[in-house]
Amino acid sequence: MNRRKAEELFFRVLMFLSTTIILLVLCHIIYSILAAGLPHLNWDMVSKVPEGGYYFGKGGGILNAIVGSLYVAVGATSLAFAIGLPLALFMNIHLTKWKKLVNGIRFLMDLLCGIPSIVYGAFGFTLMIFFGLRTSLLAGIITVTVFIVPIMIRAIDEVLMTIPRGLFESALSLGSTKSEISYRVFFKQSIAGIITAMLLSFGRAIGDAASVLLTTGYTDYIPTSLNQPTATLPLAIFFQLSSPILEVRQRAYASAVILIAIILFISLLARILTYSYKKNKINY
Amino acid sequence: MGPSGCGKTTLMRCMNRLTDLNTQTKVTGNIFIGDRDILNTHDDINEIRKMMGLLAQRPYPLPMNIFNNVAYGLRISGRKKKRFLEKRVEHYLRQVNLWEEVKDRLRDPAAALSIGQQQRLCLARGLAVDPRIILADEPTSALDPISSQLIEEKFAELKTSYTIVMVTHILRQARRIADHVVFMYMGEVIEQGPAEEFFQNPQMEMTKSYLKGLFY
Amino acid sequence: MKFRAFEISRKLRNSIHTGWMIACLSVVLLIPLFLTAGLAIKSFPLLHQHPLLSLIFSSNWKPLSGEFGFYPFIVSSVWVTIFALLISIPICLLTSIHLTQYAKKWVLKIMQPVIDILAGIPSVIYGVWGILVVIPFISNHIAPMLGKSSSGYSILAGAIVLSIMVIPFVLNILIELFNNIPVELSEASLSLGATRWQTIKYVVLKKGLPGIISSFGLGMSRAFGETIAVLMVVGNVAKVPTGILQPGYPLPALIANNYGEMMSIPQYDAALMLSAFILFVVVLFFNAGSRILIIRSGKHN
Repeated sequence: MNRRKAEELFFRVLMFLSTTIILLVLCHIIYSILAAGLPHLNWDMVSKVPEGGYYFGKGGGILNAIVGSLYVAVGATSLAFAIGLPLALFMNIHLTKWKKLVNGIRFLMDLLCGIPSIVYGAFGFTLMIFFGLRTSLLAGIITVTVFIVPIMIRAIDEVLMTIPRGLFESALSLGSTKSEISYRVFFKQSIAGIITAMLLSFGRAIGDAASVLLTTGYTDYIPTSLNQPTATLPLAIFFQLSSPILEVRQRAYASAVILIAIILFISLLARILTYSYKKNKINY
Repeated sequence: MGPSGCGKTTLMRCMNRLTDLNTQTKVTGNIFIGDRDILNTHDDINEIRKMMGLLAQRPYPLPMNIFNNVAYGLRISGRKKKRFLEKRVEHYLRQVNLWEEVKDRLRDPAAALSIGQQQRLCLARGLAVDPRIILADEPTSALDPISSQLIEEKFAELKTSYTIVMVTHILRQARRIADHVVFMYMGEVIEQGPAEEFFQNPQMEMTKSYLKGLFY
Repeated sequence: MKFRAFEISRKLRNSIHTGWMIACLSVVLLIPLFLTAGLAIKSFPLLHQHPLLSLIFSSNWKPLSGEFGFYPFIVSSVWVTIFALLISIPICLLTSIHLTQYAKKWVLKIMQPVIDILAGIPSVIYGVWGILVVIPFISNHIAPMLGKSSSGYSILAGAIVLSIMVIPFVLNILIELFNNIPVELSEASLSLGATRWQTIKYVVLKKGLPGIISSFGLGMSRAFGETIAVLMVVGNVAKVPTGILQPGYPLPALIANNYGEMMSIPQYDAALMLSAFILFVVVLFFNAGSRILIIRSGKHN
């Protein structure tokens, strides 16, 4: 009897420890990056593009990378939304009769979500060369779109799946066409969840380095058209960190602070939205 | 007995102290078994639970084979001898009339049985820990009529050797097997008494209209 | 008349919307097809000259003389992945059991956002953390403790960083899995006199076993393809690693480091695409296997 209790106690202590470890690791990651980056973060970092000799420690900032990342992420998220939303609605409204097909699509999307972004990057690169493009904003947006479309579809799909059948049937009985149900009923009913799904995809798009590494290139200027190369924030961190010069590395830490701030902001926004969504949702 | 949502199941969960699992639920008062208050005690809660076999609305066979489902409770309390386990398992499976049906496939997963067989397996599983009380929460509500009848017959037989607390919203089922009836409505006990008296001569207005079928 | 026109425009709009939806579906369904075809065609020139097995098991990596042996990269990838899983599996299992079976509501309320934020942190940030914290820790503490010297850039560093990245991913799957196991099952076991821990050991874990295995499979494929964070801490030396304190060079890092030259050396592009293809196939295999396992076990009940 005592041995049994001791065993349970032992494992409970282990469980508590491992939960604490996870909490501490997150705190430590944020703390150590803030500690390394905050002292070197200044207004120039976010308001200027690199000036001459920037990579030897002279003046300038990483505005090019911030703007570039936003361009890529906004472009890719909008494109993915334009493809993903209709597709998710289609799966949940038009294809309700073909359950097997829908499950097949879900399975495929899940598989695509699991494919590493470097593979998408390599694929984007071959596509780019096939079409005779150079590394450019457009190539980056397309690659990142391909990479986040499955994530977006599954996230929206999960939201739509929670809508009860009764709503669909009652809308149908009022004589609505399926597209009216899609955009007027289902879309409106789940708008907060869909925005959360977009934010999630946006976070993935802005944070991923491997897919843009191969396709957008890097430049010190803010791109003015779609076929110019574009700098991105993760790559700015990556490149500056590999510099032998201390000041440049310190700027890498400061850039990491910027990226982490953007990500935390997005996740906070998503959390607030989910919360208000849960509060305002009609419960059936 | 009582209409759905009147608190029958909750009351039963208090008896088994399963309410402990839910951190939001607070249970006050006393529940006496004999002269032992099982709510306000520092005794081992597992011992208390072991005194009572639980039969849920739907059968929930444990994720293991038929034999181990019955042997589980015995193994948990430290009985590990193979001969002994085999004997006990056979005994209890016979007691619920399941032995003949499953004796050739004791190593099959319990999930492969029909739902009626699963419920009888769950009964055998509960009996195997040698409880004094059987708590049954609408044990026939998920079953087909024939399986229900088997369970009811078993209960009529078992009530000579065990105290059976059974929750039901089926009036006729209560008439068929109950010795003592507690009628609940909206979380309160309205009336209780020996079955015969309760059905023949109910005291409260509400009980009368319930027995007449004016509400469910 | 007016009503009729309205009806026609409604029908028209419906068909336009439906058409666009079908177009989207076809585009998305074509992605995996193009992905496979593109990678296969691009890596074909190399496979045409050397058999796949000799490429995989050769350790000669001399792109300039046309020798492409993937063995060091594959071994590095496997090592980093396995060690990352060895670290993260116990933590994930223990934490998920704690959060679903024992923890109070407020603990969950703290931990759920923690897990979500961990899952959302970009991999480059994990890489920065690795360089700031893990690398010095290994070279100053762990290596001397084992009586060796190391720069810190090593398989172990990659595995540690990777394990942290895999944890939120696997943990979320496990939490959902344990939450989906019916409470009545645990209650049945408890009512037979089993303790909470016995119930977890004999019932919850057993019931969840297929799901647990597949969550590890999914975590593994996630770890296998992770690029930037690992690349930043693992050292990138194209030799077969012989110990966990030695540098390694996993497949994704190979692609990310060398894509710049891939058009200037003959067959180099085919070699890099082949490594992307290998990644793709391995990840797809584990992913599909794990998901099929989940679906199968779900059907069984």
